[in-house]
Amino acid sequence: MSPAPFFYNEMKVNDMREASVLEMRGIYKSFPGVKALQNVDFTLRAGEIHALMGENGAGKSTLIKVLTGVYPMDAGEIQIKDKGPVQIHSPQQAQQAGISTVYQEISLCPNLSVAENIFLGRGEGRLVSWREMNRKAGTLLDSLGIRVKPTQQLASCSIAVQQMVAIARAVDMDCRVLILDEPTSSLDESEVEKLFHLMRDLRERGVGIIFVTHFLDQVYEVCDRITVLRDGKLVGEYEIENLPRVQLVSKMLGKELDDMADIKNNIPVYSEESFTPVYEAKGLCSTEGIQPFDFYIRCGEVNGFTGLLGSGRSESVRAIFGADKVTGGEVRVDGKPVKITKPIEAMRCGLGYLAEDRKRDGIIGDLSVRDNIILALQVKTGFFKPFSKAQATKFADEYIKLLDIKTASVNTPIKSLSGGNQQKVILGRWLLTHPKYLILDEPTRGIDVGTKIEIQKLVLKLASEGMSVTFISSETDEMLRTCSRLIVMRDRRVVGELTGDQLTQNTIMNTIAGGEKE
Amino acid sequence: MSNTALQGRGKPQLRLRNMTDTNLLTMITIIVFVVMYLFAVIVLKKGFLKPQMLLNILNENAALIILSCGMSLVMITGGIDISVGGVTALVCTACAVYLDKQGGNVPMAILLAVGIGLAFGLVQGYLVAYLEIQPFIVTLAGMFFARGMTTIINTDPFNVAHPGFVALKGTRITVPFLGSYNKHGNYISAYIEIGVIVALLAAAVLFLVLKWTKTGRSFYAVGGNRQSALMLGVNVRRTVFLSHLFCGLLAGIGGFVYFMHVGSCAPSHASGAEMNAIASSIIGGTMLTGGVGNIIGTFFGVVSLALIQQIVSSVGLDQAWWTGITVAAMLCVFLVVQSVIISRRKKANLTAAAENTR
Amino acid sequence: MTAKTTVKSGSFLSGLLRHQIVIPLAAILLLTLFNLIADPSFFRIKLGMTNAGNPVLTGNLITILDSGSELAILAIGMTLVTAASGGQDISVGAAIAISGSVILRILCGPPGAYSGELQAPIFVAFLAACAVSMIFGAFNGSLVAFFRIQPMVATLILFTAGRSIAAWINNNKLPIISDDRFSYYGGYLPGVPIPTPFFIAVICFVITWAILKFTNLGLYVQSVGINEKTSRLNGLNPELIKFATYVLLGLCVAVSGFIKVSRVSTLNYSVIAKDIEMDAILAVALGGNALSGGKFSMSASVLGAYVLQYLTTTLYKFHVKPESLSAYKAVVVILLVILSAPAVREKLSSLVKKLHSPASSAGQSA
Repeated sequence: MSPAPFFYNEMKVNDMREASVLEMRGIYKSFPGVKALQNVDFTLRAGEIHALMGENGAGKSTLIKVLTGVYPMDAGEIQIKDKGPVQIHSPQQAQQAGISTVYQEISLCPNLSVAENIFLGRGEGRLVSWREMNRKAGTLLDSLGIRVKPTQQLASCSIAVQQMVAIARAVDMDCRVLILDEPTSSLDESEVEKLFHLMRDLRERGVGIIFVTHFLDQVYEVCDRITVLRDGKLVGEYEIENLPRVQLVSKMLGKELDDMADIKNNIPVYSEESFTPVYEAKGLCSTEGIQPFDFYIRCGEVNGFTGLLGSGRSESVRAIFGADKVTGGEVRVDGKPVKITKPIEAMRCGLGYLAEDRKRDGIIGDLSVRDNIILALQVKTGFFKPFSKAQATKFADEYIKLLDIKTASVNTPIKSLSGGNQQKVILGRWLLTHPKYLILDEPTRGIDVGTKIEIQKLVLKLASEGMSVTFISSETDEMLRTCSRLIVMRDRRVVGELTGDQLTQNTIMNTIAGGEKE
Repeated sequence: MSNTALQGRGKPQLRLRNMTDTNLLTMITIIVFVVMYLFAVIVLKKGFLKPQMLLNILNENAALIILSCGMSLVMITGGIDISVGGVTALVCTACAVYLDKQGGNVPMAILLAVGIGLAFGLVQGYLVAYLEIQPFIVTLAGMFFARGMTTIINTDPFNVAHPGFVALKGTRITVPFLGSYNKHGNYISAYIEIGVIVALLAAAVLFLVLKWTKTGRSFYAVGGNRQSALMLGVNVRRTVFLSHLFCGLLAGIGGFVYFMHVGSCAPSHASGAEMNAIASSIIGGTMLTGGVGNIIGTFFGVVSLALIQQIVSSVGLDQAWWTGITVAAMLCVFLVVQSVIISRRKKANLTAAAENTR
Repeated sequence: MTAKTTVKSGSFLSGLLRHQIVIPLAAILLLTLFNLIADPSFFRIKLGMTNAGNPVLTGNLITILDSGSELAILAIGMTLVTAASGGQDISVGAAIAISGSVILRILCGPPGAYSGELQAPIFVAFLAACAVSMIFGAFNGSLVAFFRIQPMVATLILFTAGRSIAAWINNNKLPIISDDRFSYYGGYLPGVPIPTPFFIAVICFVITWAILKFTNLGLYVQSVGINEKTSRLNGLNPELIKFATYVLLGLCVAVSGFIKVSRVSTLNYSVIAKDIEMDAILAVALGGNALSGGKFSMSASVLGAYVLQYLTTTLYKFHVKPESLSAYKAVVVILLVILSAPAVREKLSSLVKKLHSPASSAGQSA
């Protein structure tokens, strides 16, 4: 095992600051139906912390997976300082090239000790010298300022410590490029502070750090430069001083600040008489760590939760539907107090919820389109009242026609449909239950433009028929086109509510960005 | 930071939480064994005071210790092997027929036993590790095959009369200082059989391998989190393959030890041995989900299981069925305890995380 | 034009081939072919007489229908358990011993008191066995569903204890029921030449079919087995559904136990239904159901059970010792799982594609 070459002297570090340690040129990567990366360049200097920013589908996770050898790239070149162009086909090769990754989902073994996790699968010889290993690990952890005993079982450490152990492993493996993929999403403030301290320390030692996060505050606290991706393309690379928050948000969302023409026309106007709250919650919170919030929706209203990914918008609606364990709050439906702790209770109250992660929480892959459409209504109707096959097919056909779902037949397994059509099937599933109040969490993600517009139109049509809809989307203009009221979230708490004239790109972005006054 | 958060929660909890799962579960097993033994000595007296009592447990269960060691190894890696009982029976029959009907010699019989075990380990390991078939199904077929082969080779039970083997079987090793006096005041020396030495040797070797070699640690890594182990540079397939190979090898050796103990062959030999081995491993603190377990625990698991059977029968519940019921009850308790401990630990981590975000 | 029709017929064929029932059907075909070539007299059915003078049909095919009944009934429950929980119950053999013991206990009264007269109606004994089996099913189910222990391991407990409990219920006595009425259920009803177990199996299958038809059991079980998270979000209670499948399997166990005891009018605790759990699991696998749960086909499972019995009877016919059967079965299982292993399938399908691509391109050019 070679000693970690990080103890450069001051001058050398200054030299390295200018030199790029990693260069990616003209990266292309596509998946069936999606161009995930198109001609993306990325440069990382030694001794800098570089934020990689972008919303869903921007391509940042694809870029990282290309860099770490999880996906092969279609075209492009990766250069590492002192090693020239490298071919990376596996995570192991990435590690050999000096690229280490610390994921949000910790990829260590929870049943082993801290020291073992640092040294597993490395070094020569067949035997384990525990004393030697623990001593080395102790020295390493001390030098990085991580306060944990090497002999402790990893599972008994907090997530923050586990993450830092993963970083320590990477550091000890002679890494030049350290990728931190959303490391802070489950840490509290003091833990984040410790992590940042460690990151700055590594920066001083000349490591190039790629930092992926959704928290703007953190970007501005710790990063030197920012690269923004959008729709698989490079938007730009900026020094942090030259890019104010609002501009960063606008670049991520792809909207210029004063680009708000002709959107307002489409917002429907509601009459005063529809002002009865269909659903009302006070002080709602769940085990997923959102701050208690108040919320209501009127009959025939379309409102939305907005905020960047990870801001708590999905967790909020999951709490409304009882999908996560609700830990507090009062809920009224049509003015009557009710208890919603399980999805079935929400469904009985007339709620419907289309989940964000279609594959995990939406489709039942092996079942047919028909079964997927009737599922929710069937569960609501009851165990002993199954629909006849003819009835079920009738329901399914009705919604296949209504939503223009492209499927070979009602018997086709849903997993063989395209993403957009899967989404429509699930939408059909909830429409079939005739909900009073429908929650749509990212219904337009990962589907083609035509379908997106169809879904937006459908939402407005449903609202005009008296259904209340909560609509969540990463794309602000979709929200502006459909919602009459927006609840803005940042860092897992509600930070504002926008209605009427406030519904502009500018105010939304300012509220999302928060903090910084211009 | 967890360290500071923990210090506020009182010391005993701190120690328990700092303990690895493996050590915690092993400790529980040892405590249970000691408590049971003390209970037997104090309340039941009878034979429990005599060291030979404990040695007899070893004599009776030497083969089971070896089988359980192999089982623990596979379970630590996250798999299961239910063919070990079948392999034991097959080894008995094959060796018996070879010795008595083919006129073979003892060393070759031992080689035969080891070879049978290795063959099973090799095939099963390949199917599980490289073709990624569920271990349960593969080893189920292995068990079927072994039991079937046993009866194809020979159906009628017989005692082996091969002189060399009978001498080996009858060899007793006297343990100094542990003898006792019988009613007539004659000194009876305490003894163990050769099988016990083999079992202890196998357990010791496996313990050392698991603790001190990189291969040994990779078994734990693969069982803890297969995906992570792969990312950390462990050769997962090779590790899974090795676990089955070793388990097969130990089943072969265990089979021969069983054969040395009973000295006969019958298709019904070692029936249910696989389930006893699994039960011993679980009681010894090996988690079914993989990644947690320890050979010392397994050893105590086997002897605890044997001890409780002794206790039950000397309490007066000597009908045959009480054995099955007590074993199952003990298994049930340990399973539920494991499940509760793990879910409480998870919950503790979760609440810690929730507190963090608040 | 021609190309189009070939594509269509090809897709129909491949559609049929993709349906899982093709696996047991192909197995039946193979076995039948083998028997036809080896010895066509295998299929002969004769009309014989019992000792009591009742006309009965005898022959290998009748034996298959008769002896396969218990397995088919168990396969019904095992399919549900497999589909919902992605694991198998290995305690069914032991549970059959328990339910059989309960039946004897109810019919014969306290151990040792049996005088040749039934102490209770057979129907009551059957209901008691059902109740007891369902309680043990509930025990397994709660370990799996609520304590989240792997099914195979959770049921290991009852597997270990079951036969002992069965012995304990009757204080290890083996009373023999001499009442003729009791032997109807495992033998022949007077005047009916076809063995009763077959009818019981048919009744069970019809009831199951009706349950699947008139309740949402099938939909719920498959949803939970395929995607637990989605099922929960759609208002299902995955724990309850898993639990329920184990209770239902308990019911199937009681019926099988009833037939088993009735066949011999008594039971041997350590021998009755030995290794039947492995056969039941194998029947589910032979029916082409994924042992990791999800979609299932009940008729394929039941057919799988009869295929297994067909195989057994064929092997017997060729003078394989009953004890050695398992070796042959093991070979079948291994071949089956190797062929269905994803790694092997991938290679096979790429091989098929290679063989197919020149053929299909030729078809298109025509």
